[in-house]
Amino acid sequence: MSAVIESHHGDHHHGPAKGFSRWLYTTNHKDIGSLYLWFSFIMLFVGGAMAMVIRAELFEPGSQIVSPEFYNQMVTNHGLIMVFGVIMPAFVGLANWMIPMQIGAPDMALPRLNNLSFWILPAAFGVLLSTFLMEGGAPNFGWTFYAPLSTEYAPPTVTFFIFSVHIMGASSIMGSINIITTILNMRAPGMTLMKMPLFVWSWLITAYLLIAVMPVLAGAVTMMLMDIHFGTSFFSAAGGGDPVLFQHVFWFFGHPEVYIMILPAFGIVSHIIETFSRKPIFGYSSMVYAIASIALLSFVVWAHHMFTVGMPIAGELFFMYSTMLIAIPTGVKVFNWLSTMFRGSLTFETPMLFAIAFVALFTIGGLSGLMLAIAPADFQYHDTYFVVAHFHYVLVPGALFSIVAAVYYWLPKWTGYMYDEVLGKTHFWLSFISVNLTFFPMHFVGLAGMPRRIPDYAMQFADYNMIVSVGAFLFGLSQLLFLFNVLKCVYYGKSATAEVWEGAKGKGLEWTVDSPAPYHTFETSPDLTKPQTNS
Amino acid sequence: MSSESSYYVPASSKLPIFMAISLLLFVYGAGYTINDLGKEDTYSHWILISSFLLMWGTMFFWFSEVIKENDAGMYSNQLNTSFVHGMSWFIFSEVMFFFAFFLALGYVRIFAVPWLGGEGEKGIANILWPGFEASWPLMETPDNERFPGAHHNMSIPPITKIHTWLPFWNTLCLVTSSGTIALAEAALKKGNRKSFKAWMVATISLGYIFVVLQSVEYYEAYAHMGLTLGAGIYGTTFFLMTGFHGFHVCLGAIILTIMTIRGFQGAFSEHDHFGLAAGSWYWHFVDVVWILLVLVVYIF
Repeated sequence: MSAVIESHHGDHHHGPAKGFSRWLYTTNHKDIGSLYLWFSFIMLFVGGAMAMVIRAELFEPGSQIVSPEFYNQMVTNHGLIMVFGVIMPAFVGLANWMIPMQIGAPDMALPRLNNLSFWILPAAFGVLLSTFLMEGGAPNFGWTFYAPLSTEYAPPTVTFFIFSVHIMGASSIMGSINIITTILNMRAPGMTLMKMPLFVWSWLITAYLLIAVMPVLAGAVTMMLMDIHFGTSFFSAAGGGDPVLFQHVFWFFGHPEVYIMILPAFGIVSHIIETFSRKPIFGYSSMVYAIASIALLSFVVWAHHMFTVGMPIAGELFFMYSTMLIAIPTGVKVFNWLSTMFRGSLTFETPMLFAIAFVALFTIGGLSGLMLAIAPADFQYHDTYFVVAHFHYVLVPGALFSIVAAVYYWLPKWTGYMYDEVLGKTHFWLSFISVNLTFFPMHFVGLAGMPRRIPDYAMQFADYNMIVSVGAFLFGLSQLLFLFNVLKCVYYGKSATAEVWEGAKGKGLEWTVDSPAPYHTFETSPDLTKPQTNS
Repeated sequence: MSSESSYYVPASSKLPIFMAISLLLFVYGAGYTINDLGKEDTYSHWILISSFLLMWGTMFFWFSEVIKENDAGMYSNQLNTSFVHGMSWFIFSEVMFFFAFFLALGYVRIFAVPWLGGEGEKGIANILWPGFEASWPLMETPDNERFPGAHHNMSIPPITKIHTWLPFWNTLCLVTSSGTIALAEAALKKGNRKSFKAWMVATISLGYIFVVLQSVEYYEAYAHMGLTLGAGIYGTTFFLMTGFHGFHVCLGAIILTIMTIRGFQGAFSEHDHFGLAAGSWYWHFVDVVWILLVLVVYIF
């Protein structure tokens, strides 16, 4: 297979167009990947600034800096931005960059659709952020927007929120259709499904989950829109509906969504650990089956988010046991990562440090998840800081660390330059210490009964909250170091070799091409049917 | 410039960014229009209208470009497979959109309404509206002043009066049209263009008859049955489910109308007619959703 890269200017097979229009009109998977990654980086600082406001308010008990109304807006938008504007776009950006390179494809399958999926994201978030300037303020009902808070008691800007969620959903669905089509249709000859790199596998399954659940989210917000403006009664018991119905529809989307934000991380961490252990990944096929079973189970566990709404006992039991089942495939993955490192020739470059921290800290988040899965115990944990600690452990040292690790791991391949290892390690240790300082004490205050989403708290929580806030400020500042390191790499970095990491050549097609990877990587697909000779 | 073995990658395109702008306008337009409902002298609907014009214009040029590229022979078999995958996964996403509404209907009928009526271990909800009796179709809502229930519902009449029941004719239309479009495709594949065109015209006619009958049904519901969006959960689920389905029938009918016009202009060949095939899959999907709707919304 070869590719025809059509061009209006006749500069066949050459580099990118000049100027800003390159980014507006581009159909190149690398350009679009970079757009996604920079967008998510910017949103990380926007959402992070909101987290800083939250932690400043909670630094001491009592009303400190912002009004409770504004605090609610901060909590809501922090969540929405971090989930839909940071973690998801970053993974899609990585998918755009790496999937064609890892499977030996000329580009994504549907390049123009790819551009559209990206450019409607800034539109959606522009709308969401502009609600801060509108009458009634930004959405204030939490990122899970439970009815009737988000329907009967919502500010008028909820209408814009609803449509911007529609657009985010459209972006995810189009992006996923593109990714799934690319993976199923564009692999180099000889790359059978069970020979695909694990990052590609993780994204194949993630894309499937996205296409399956984003439309359900669209359905949920559409029902909200109808209830608010057109007199329907989906979520109003007075008309025969049920506010709990909202939670069922939302979490039917929401739980697979949680795995959408972690499965690609599994793929990334697998690659990094095998590279820096200088061993092939342990238990490749069990890794694939584990990801697939986690994804399938994710459809039947949703109501563990709502144990306290008053479900029949049979429901509580079903969702409790099905949730606990997820620990098995997840345990398989952790076991495989540890076994890959076992007796490997380990070195601890920045990506590896982040990956190991991922394995350790994600496991902590997973274990607190198991605690939450126990229905009777959940009645105490529900809506406390214990839950906040749990999901921040899986999302920050989990998903976010894997993204940071991926950036350090592949940045030399993208830019052709090495990042500053000392700076990278400093960034890692600062992040590692501060992330634990931030989120570990939340377990204690949560178990002691501190509720989430409240701008004030009882005096006995004061000490821990101050530690948490200091940790959060430190974590926020450390990420500026990350930005600095990326910029330094791009502008002043030392040249990287094609292999970048010792022995990486056997770890995937992306390490067989130059650094930086050419603008169009594989105009002719590598033929993998012949035996490979790796020196 | 192409051969069978090469994958076409456009270098750059202005179309997506125009689409993105139209969606941005759509969000502001729709948001302000809905928030301003009932207000006088508002201009927000013009934003909405302009967003649609830009969207449709962009789509027109986008599809024209794809057709031009295909006619120029730039698309390989592999690229066509990408289109097949793309359309199939898009339809899967639509299936899941409807799934959300089926889920809602199921939850309401199996759990929410019986619990409100005092059934089961969660029946304490009956304390809120004592005396409320659970039934389906729900004609009397718990708070009948706020959500006045309908006096008639759309359920299936006795079999002897089936001909007076619009959904019966609607089902007939859609199921038949799924057959006629299959015949149209088969005729095209055999190169029989005359019968292809005839079956296409039959298909879209049946589609439009469906839309008209559905409108009549809605008119009847509002004018004579007290069945409205505000008529409690029965009206809510009835209109949202049949409404979204009807919207998809309209979309499908528009797609197939365009395909028919293109067919009359001489487009499509025996082996190269993906636009038509995709439209036909979409039509079958709409048909299947309708059958499920008839079962859970009208009959059971």
